[in-house]
Amino acid sequence: MTLFLQQLINGLSVGSIYAVIALGYTMVYGIIKLINFAHGEIMMMGAYFAFVTAVTIGMPFYMVLIVSMLIAAILGLSIEYVAYKPLRNAPRISALITAIGISLFLQNLALVVFKPEPKVMPAIIPKQPILIGNLQIGTVTIVTILLSVIFMILLDQFIKKTKPGKAMRAVSQDKEASILMGINVNRTISLTFAIGSALGAFGGVLYSIAYTQVYPTMGIMPGLKAFVAAVLGGIGLLPGAMLGGFVIGMIETISKAYISSQWSDAIVFGILIIVLIVKPTGILGKNEREKV
Amino acid sequence: MKDNIKKSYLLNIVGILSIYLILKLLIGGNVLNRYHISIVIFICINIILATSLNLATGFLGQLALGHAGFMAVGAYVSAITAVALKSSGLPDTLMLVISLLVAGIFSGIVGIAIGIPALRLRGDYLGIITLGFGEVIRVIINNMKSITGGAQGFTGIPRIANFDNVFWITIIVVGILYALTHSRQGRAIISIREDEIASEAVGIQTTKYKVLGFAIAAFFAGIGGGLYAHHLAFLDPKTFGFMKSVEILVIVVLGGMGSLTGSIIAAIILTILPEALREFANYRMLIYSFILVVMMIFRPQGIFGTKEFSLSSFLHKLRYNQIISPRKEIKGDE
Repeated sequence: MTLFLQQLINGLSVGSIYAVIALGYTMVYGIIKLINFAHGEIMMMGAYFAFVTAVTIGMPFYMVLIVSMLIAAILGLSIEYVAYKPLRNAPRISALITAIGISLFLQNLALVVFKPEPKVMPAIIPKQPILIGNLQIGTVTIVTILLSVIFMILLDQFIKKTKPGKAMRAVSQDKEASILMGINVNRTISLTFAIGSALGAFGGVLYSIAYTQVYPTMGIMPGLKAFVAAVLGGIGLLPGAMLGGFVIGMIETISKAYISSQWSDAIVFGILIIVLIVKPTGILGKNEREKV
Repeated sequence: MKDNIKKSYLLNIVGILSIYLILKLLIGGNVLNRYHISIVIFICINIILATSLNLATGFLGQLALGHAGFMAVGAYVSAITAVALKSSGLPDTLMLVISLLVAGIFSGIVGIAIGIPALRLRGDYLGIITLGFGEVIRVIINNMKSITGGAQGFTGIPRIANFDNVFWITIIVVGILYALTHSRQGRAIISIREDEIASEAVGIQTTKYKVLGFAIAAFFAGIGGGLYAHHLAFLDPKTFGFMKSVEILVIVVLGGMGSLTGSIIAAIILTILPEALREFANYRMLIYSFILVVMMIFRPQGIFGTKEFSLSSFLHKLRYNQIISPRKEIKGDE
């Protein structure tokens, strides 16, 4: 029983990282209908920014987090400006290929700048396990879960209550109409990229602390999993991304612990396939009928 | 009119033969060494993979992100068949053809099995579900250690693919795909891309043609995978991951969706480019991805768009300095 609870908490922690990364995917998809394949690489860059600030400047954890999120936001903004903006009216698949190109570019940039060898992430969160009964919970796990939930609540309030948040929702519903209502669509899209990238970097920092490693290809698998999470919950929907992230994290952890670590990826993707066949728009998505 | 068609067929045959002879001469004269021949073979394999994906994505209009999965199925099935046939004493090319056919049929069946549920979805969702299937295939291959060698890789595959048979198999594959896209079935497939609801309304069985197109694409991807196996003589499940599917899709989009000749040109460019950039060592992939993004920004519809490069109209242009295009008359200015 203790072991099971332990696994549940681990799943919650992994799931919260996926959920935060999935939020970035889902926000960008919701607003410009682009599967931003470079998002996993922004997460990786975030982890490298954290590594650099933690090792060379020796900043404390919260500063590391804030600084890497800020730099990643700027990175996301510039990628949007340079690569995606010119393609806004191009066929969607061209934008997809561009996103893949950017993802390859960032990966190889990291490879050239930081070399392929994995870097060891310093333990900027003290690693004292906290005991609750027989349960051992690492501080990293607790910080991850708490911070993720805080960021999710903040984002939710931002989208619902503030003016830029409302603009985001409006643009994702109807771009033309929101232009007519006086919303600056370009600025709203840029803001979405900035927030999404900052969240991606947040995921990257916590992921690298949890697994103590930073390397150029680290963004691929978590990026893909977070993307699966976003689709599973219903892509374009913020609560869907959160739910999907936790579900994927749980499934992955439980199947690694009780079934087989080799098959866990197949199980994650298998569940994605089943959900898509049964309910193509994801768990929380609404079915839309295509009109002639 | 018929004379024109005959003439253009003749021209294409002459063109292909002369490319073959030039390459053959260059190999015979040792201008192209083994490394270069290997690149040519990879170009051919990429042409097969890209043109087959183009059928599903370019002509049928269904975004597929799991093409490497079919390639993997083909590669492993072909390798297993060839290993089983090794002691039978068949000539190499016959053995290759049998293995490839078995591989293609197997991949095609997998394509049908995946296509029937997956093709109910549209657009991005279809892309995602095919991505999922591709990853599942990879994990399954990785875990069937007794048959596929698992993560250690599959060794001992007969190296029976050489320049000659790969070249002609590629020509045959492209020829079949060209004939298919210009047939009645091909027009049905293209009509689904243009407007699925409208084509259903005029009596085209959209589900049947979608699955058909998808299965044919999988069939040829299997053949491409088989050639890959018999060229390298070693298979590692890791190479058939998501990035491989993306690599093939990049060729298709860059060449132009719905243009077979575009896929061929793009396959040649994108196979040579990373090799030509080899002297830049670590900066190679950086430059490659940069060029990719720049090309996409400046030519989002790909090199050829949906048009085909045609030798006869090219020669006609050389002679009269203008291109005759039958489409132009129908579509007006485009």
